[in-house]
Amino acid sequence: MTTLTRSRRWEPYVWPLLTAALLLLFWNFSVKWSGTNVFPSPLAVEQGLADLIRGGLLWRYIGDSLRRVAFGYLLAVLVGIPGGLLLGWYPAVAQVVNPVIQMLRPISPIAWIPVAIILFGVGDTASVYLIFLASFFPILTSAMNGVRNVPSMYRRAGRNFGLSPSKLLANVVFPAALPQMLVGLRIAVGIAWLVVVAAEMIASESGLGYLVIDARNSGKRYDLVVAAMLLIGLIGLVLDLGFRRTEKLKSLRWGFRDAS
Amino acid sequence: MTSVTAPASALATRALKTKLRADGIKMVFERDGVSTDVLDDISLEVGDGEFVCLLGPSGCGKSTMLNVIAGFISPTKGQVRIDGERVTGPDRRRVFVFQERGVFPWLTVEGNIGFGLFDLSEAERRQRIAHYVELVGLQGFEQAYPRELSGGMKQRVEVARALAVNPDMLFLDEPFGALDSITRLIMRGELLRIWEAERKTIVFVTHDIDEAVQLSDRVIVMTARPAKIQRIVDIDIPHPRDISSPKYLSLRDGIFDAIGLAHKV
Amino acid sequence: MRSPAHVRFVTALTQLRPAAFVAVLLVAWHVAIKFQSNPLLPGPLAVASGLLELATRGLMLKYVVASLFRVTWGFAGAALLAIPIGLAIGWYRRVELAINPFIQILRPISPLAWIPIAILWFGVGDVAAIFLIFLASFLPLTVTAINAVESIPEVYVNAGRNFGLRHSQLVYRVLYPAVMPHLIIGLRITLGIAWLVVVAAEMIAVNSGLGFLIVDARNAGNRYDLVVAGMVMIGVIGLLLDIGIRSLERIPSISWGYSDD
Repeated sequence: MTTLTRSRRWEPYVWPLLTAALLLLFWNFSVKWSGTNVFPSPLAVEQGLADLIRGGLLWRYIGDSLRRVAFGYLLAVLVGIPGGLLLGWYPAVAQVVNPVIQMLRPISPIAWIPVAIILFGVGDTASVYLIFLASFFPILTSAMNGVRNVPSMYRRAGRNFGLSPSKLLANVVFPAALPQMLVGLRIAVGIAWLVVVAAEMIASESGLGYLVIDARNSGKRYDLVVAAMLLIGLIGLVLDLGFRRTEKLKSLRWGFRDAS
Repeated sequence: MTSVTAPASALATRALKTKLRADGIKMVFERDGVSTDVLDDISLEVGDGEFVCLLGPSGCGKSTMLNVIAGFISPTKGQVRIDGERVTGPDRRRVFVFQERGVFPWLTVEGNIGFGLFDLSEAERRQRIAHYVELVGLQGFEQAYPRELSGGMKQRVEVARALAVNPDMLFLDEPFGALDSITRLIMRGELLRIWEAERKTIVFVTHDIDEAVQLSDRVIVMTARPAKIQRIVDIDIPHPRDISSPKYLSLRDGIFDAIGLAHKV
Repeated sequence: MRSPAHVRFVTALTQLRPAAFVAVLLVAWHVAIKFQSNPLLPGPLAVASGLLELATRGLMLKYVVASLFRVTWGFAGAALLAIPIGLAIGWYRRVELAINPFIQILRPISPLAWIPIAILWFGVGDVAAIFLIFLASFLPLTVTAINAVESIPEVYVNAGRNFGLRHSQLVYRVLYPAVMPHLIIGLRITLGIAWLVVVAAEMIAVNSGLGFLIVDARNAGNRYDLVVAGMVMIGVIGLLLDIGIRSLERIPSISWGYSDD
């Protein structure tokens, strides 16, 4: 439901650019007028970024953050998808395990940080563990729901064609559940990215999250703080868009009614 | 095939004054640079109190035409006048009955039927609602929510909601399309009963030839896209119509032939 | 043919299965702790006594209230602003085209990354925490509202216009009821995020609340039994909040929006 039935071709590009320009101007002038010498202006942020790149720190930190996300996330996928498929396929198992899952889920991964630190010490492993925890639940539940929502007529058709249970799972149930799983995977990557920043703020000595805290603590370099924030946002966006692209692939498109 | 204008004589013979007049309606849709001709120079007239059907294959544009007449879409060319006034937007005096999906799911049957009655006093409103609940045969279901109702019942709620505001005209867009064929036959009878009780001008869109011949005074047969009027058929059989009578069958078969359909399956 | 008593017995057993599973996990946890060398890791009994300790010292109530207070203000504030704004953005397509790219960029920025800025602007304290929760909730709620408006079937709006509703009436009588189911789901998910963030915010930027408890218990004496007790409380309250909103989803004028699965 929209008020605009016909938009001209240039509209999706011009309006955002205009707003971007306005926001930058607003930022710049409010920093100047408020006379603050701590909060950075857009130019200061840009220079801060250039500093980081020159110092070689930037790529290293980005790499560290992405690496931790990759490990934790992959682990969550390896455990979560088979686990979710299992839970979806055997409702009896789901009934037993579900209450525990519902109780563990609301515990913020961030609350796990002290436990992670005693278990794994300060460093990569703790962060990876936290990211695993954070990504695990969305992936598990979306896989489980994906299987549950497969219309029983697909399963019946599969059995009609004489498929064994494992073939049924691989060739009928898994593809049918895929669209929902993809959505869960996309949400999980967003949460993972959010958590890695938090994990790095507390339990690490490198990475973008660490940069945010460190830049402030060692020298009040708010220009670097904001630069780091923008980078965090940008990378998160790229990850999200990447996943949305996979959702748009024609062979998977049937699962989404309004692929917009 | 050249377009056919409703001959003025058709209305004159029934001594009906013109309620609605559409002149030269042309509709072109543009999407992402591709333009589609949906309606091509359609002109028609509907008399006061008449029941007229727009008949055509699915996707031919008859729903678009109805939306243009009701004022939800502006035509690319041409204009529609109702009671001499130009149509520029939707209006309470001519209510559109969508398929049963138009019923508001967050309101009960009562809430839905009373939706347009915000200008009345509480007592009048209750009375009106009760009248229409009875008219469409939904007594006992006033407090039910749409999700508890069958397709046919939801359709009745929609019709009652439309009638409750006492419009001059009703537009029905394949209202019985989502119903099973038995319910459809029942609903056709109900619609005619209601029409005879409260004589409104009705424009009804359908792709079902039998439905058109059973219900309407005149059938306007439309071609596939870009739609033109192919033929206008007068159904001058009084209600109740015997669907086995020779007259009915010949009129129906005439339309079959006009559309080019075989008589044998 | 099974007797009704037999059937009832089996059904009762089935209900007990999840509880039995939890019991098994607790026992496994207890045993695992006994067999590991780190004296700091607490077992279930230590955690239970930790919870009791917090309750009797009055800290449990105090911290829970502090955390809930912050979540309420931050979340409610965000909802009151974000929902009308989001609905308006979704309604006017041009505004959406302009703003959407920003929303997409700002959204993945962890609200936690805002912590230094929050401390800069508001110092360490309640306001900083509430600000973070507000930030964390605002964008997701806006996006929810935008999506909710865009998914309203056009028939409802057309029907509303057909009955002669003026613009403001259209908003009250069609728009709001139609978006409610979608909004409530968004509220539930965002509340989950807000609860997550309050814990983090408290770990870093304030001196009370459940998040603070976790950090403090560790710093002031390695009381890991209290740390885990804090985690348990966080889980329980998070779950209760979630259940609370789910109950809203059962109201008939809202439950129509959810398919029966």
